[in-house]
Amino acid sequence: MSGAEFVPLSLPPLLIGILAAVACALPGNFLVLRKQALIGDAISHVVLPGIVVAFLVTGTVGAGPMMLGAMGSSVVAVGLIEAIRRLGRIEPGAAMGVTFTAMFAAGVLLLEQSDTSSVHLDVEHALYGNLESLIWLDAVGWQSLLDPVALAGLPPELPRIGLTCLFVIAFTSILWRPLKISTFDEGFAATAGMPTTLIGLALVIVAALTAVAAFDAVGSIIVIAMFICPPAAARLMTNRLETQIGWSVVFAVLSAALGYVLAGYGPLWLGRDNAVSAAGMIATVSGAILALAALFGPCRTRTGAPAS
Amino acid sequence: MLFDALFLQLGYNASLVAIGAGFLGIAAGVTGTFLYLRKQALLSDAISHATLPGVGLAFVLMALVGGSGRFLPGLLLGAALSAGIGLLCVSALTRRTRLSEDSAIGAVLSVFFGFGIVILTVIQTMSTGRQAGLESFLLGSTAGMLFNDAVVIAAGGALTLLAVLLFRRPMGLVAFDPEYAAARGFNVARIDLVIMTLALAVTVVGLKIVGLILVVAMLIIPPVAARFWSDRMEVVALLSGLFGGLSGWAGAAISATAPALPTGPIIVLVCFGLFVLSLFLAPGRGLLAALTRHLRFQRRVHLRQGLLALAQGQPIYERLTLRLLRRAGLARADGVATDEGRARAAKALRDEKRWELVRSDPDFAAAALSYDGLAGIETVLTVDQIAEIDNRIGAPREVTS
Repeated sequence: MSGAEFVPLSLPPLLIGILAAVACALPGNFLVLRKQALIGDAISHVVLPGIVVAFLVTGTVGAGPMMLGAMGSSVVAVGLIEAIRRLGRIEPGAAMGVTFTAMFAAGVLLLEQSDTSSVHLDVEHALYGNLESLIWLDAVGWQSLLDPVALAGLPPELPRIGLTCLFVIAFTSILWRPLKISTFDEGFAATAGMPTTLIGLALVIVAALTAVAAFDAVGSIIVIAMFICPPAAARLMTNRLETQIGWSVVFAVLSAALGYVLAGYGPLWLGRDNAVSAAGMIATVSGAILALAALFGPCRTRTGAPAS
Repeated sequence: MLFDALFLQLGYNASLVAIGAGFLGIAAGVTGTFLYLRKQALLSDAISHATLPGVGLAFVLMALVGGSGRFLPGLLLGAALSAGIGLLCVSALTRRTRLSEDSAIGAVLSVFFGFGIVILTVIQTMSTGRQAGLESFLLGSTAGMLFNDAVVIAAGGALTLLAVLLFRRPMGLVAFDPEYAAARGFNVARIDLVIMTLALAVTVVGLKIVGLILVVAMLIIPPVAARFWSDRMEVVALLSGLFGGLSGWAGAAISATAPALPTGPIIVLVCFGLFVLSLFLAPGRGLLAALTRHLRFQRRVHLRQGLLALAQGQPIYERLTLRLLRRAGLARADGVATDEGRARAAKALRDEKRWELVRSDPDFAAAALSYDGLAGIETVLTVDQIAEIDNRIGAPREVTS
């Protein structure tokens, strides 16, 4: 394929997909180890009311208000889950289930009640994202990567998700020791004087931020899949956290790239002319990777634990 | 208008939907109770998302063999099959690998859902031109519900309910104490499978009305709400069924009153409303009950301490204590005890002295356990015992202040 076709049409979505996958997979490692993997699922449901409210207040589908609204409703959801869990003495899973379904229902209702027919805002968009439509019309070929005029026309999602990815990398490397220790041995971390509650909260907030940023570009289904599948597959490959994170990044990149290519060109190879959903394909590929890891991964079984 | 809808006076379709949603809610509430008590509420999330590829593949298959593709029982069968495969994946990932259950649930729900979306996009481009409208399974759609659909839903709900009735004893036992159930000779894994199969059945039946994203709510919220009202499993299961049925029926009725009120979300929000009511109003576990309990306890402590202070002639500065004493007619605004207050204070001080003796004497060890600084001694000891204690302490003296 020539650069003239690849750079404007496929490069930006591919990059966005890869960056989003990596940004989600990094905090995902800790969430999986802390048995909080479903936080990503919950967040991706609760951002819907936030986004709709942001639209109703501002009347536009700008990225800024949407992100604010999504962040706001994530914070509301985390607070609500904690409140229901503590006040009602309900187990965390059920508290989460009550909260995210109710908030998602409220979001759908708001969406139906408001007049959003003129703008591109619907539930399907929130679920699948619009990865394929993030094209770079100003590019004419590889040389455009060095052309500042053309670079200005990049889809705004690309720098946004790039920044998010950088932020997540910075967060993980700066808080590496506290995160690692409090994830594996919360009691020891507390005796060593670390604010474990605060660290846990920071992790959830970073995960929410990542989810919201990625959500905007690629839809919630990739977000949920990337929070869980690459880290889970990586967990079956190694016993060391550093190696696990390395594997998870590799798996995330592989899922995003392979999934995008398969979605875009797979049907062509099969003799059909329409591409399938890239978001769905990326999730599927990550699931295939997890399945392979579960079948053949070197560290797939529990060691030392009874085989119940 | 709303009353018309509630009493099925709003036309054929609305009545069908309301009845179907009511049945679905009852079945979901009762089934969800066991899932919730087994602490596997979120498993239903994996089940519901895993139905999507099955729906899509069933559509493709039926369209390929020349059927209409929208034949509801066929679609539901496909949904049940793929949700079953999803369940097997969750249990394989949890048992065979080191992954925890939440990771397994999350992985299965996202991957199956993603694959389902791939199939949906394939269907959209199928040359048949028959727009499948399978998106309606995401959020549910009741607009075009046929009599046959309602019968499928009602029959499915009734069958599920019957199965719950049959298996309620072993399921309850496993939910509360799996080890004990295993020791009694029950096959825990198989009973777990029964619970999950029932949840799967409810999910599949509910796809048409509330959609696969929100059907989870029907399995989770009613039992959580019902749990506030009772500690007995049978009562919780019945109440949960009641809440589920009520929200299904009322939600469907409300959504029939106006055009832009989608049925699924309204049902879930009614359900959530019942949950909030339970959270606040339930006796015992509810917030208001807890608050009044706390306030009553606080009043008793303040009153008791105030009386002791009066008895020992100490001034009272604490405002709440002073107000409580005054309201009970035990003290005047300036903190001086009334006649009754003096009598009560004397008794409080004497009780305290009696308790002191009770707690230091090994003979009264059992009674001393119930000392909490508030309970009147006469509620714990007999008249004879108190008389014996009084013998040792000596006769009462007048309070001097």
